[in-house]
Amino acid sequence: MPLPPLTEASVRLGVPAATWRDAVRAAGDVLIAAGSVGVTYTQRMIDVIEEFGAYVVIAPGLALAHARPGEDVLADGLSLVTLAEPVSFGHAHNDPVSVVIGLAVTTADAHVTGIADLANAFNDPELVPALSAAATPSDAIALVLHSTSRGVS
Amino acid sequence: MKIVAVCGAGVGTSGILKVNAERALARLDIEADVTASDVASLATTAADAQVILTSPELVDKIPPTWADIVVVQNYVDMAEIEQKLFDALG
Repeated sequence: MPLPPLTEASVRLGVPAATWRDAVRAAGDVLIAAGSVGVTYTQRMIDVIEEFGAYVVIAPGLALAHARPGEDVLADGLSLVTLAEPVSFGHAHNDPVSVVIGLAVTTADAHVTGIADLANAFNDPELVPALSAAATPSDAIALVLHSTSRGVS
Repeated sequence: MKIVAVCGAGVGTSGILKVNAERALARLDIEADVTASDVASLATTAADAQVILTSPELVDKIPPTWADIVVVQNYVDMAEIEQKLFDALG
């Protein structure tokens, strides 16, 4: 089963966030609203970063917020949030972050290739600034899909 | 040849690193088995690994190992991943 696609409901643009925690909460709120996760999942995503550091900032300007599968993961889910102003996650090379992808998976082995394909869209260095300037969720999704076809291989 | 891609939670980021490492190895024509792992189970998963792929943020959390540790800054930069695997294995 592939990763659920990004939908207009799973994208929020220009979200104000004063700290990296606010940015992760915004990505979590979308997953909660979609019914993908329970309210405890957001704190678990924050806990991962507090325990292991900002390694979730996997590319310049991009954080992949996620936690392990758990009872609070009701269905696989994906969210995409752009921030009104970039925030620092404390990563030595890839800060500041202006795009946060929220990810919830029900099993550890699921969708590895799909997640990588989505992430590889950000191999296109123009994608983060383009997303920051996107006017509507459907524009943002179109930008990701366009870069996905360029990002892989 | 065994390669372990490591992240904190063992899902998501290590999965991206695994898939991109496999793509880079295919380009380099190097045969290797790539596994995703979290830091907690690394002592088991990396016992017979030649290479550990990880983030600069996680290097300090990796237990003592015989494997070469390859640090990847940008998980979606295929050129970086391919070059670093080439340097480690080539």
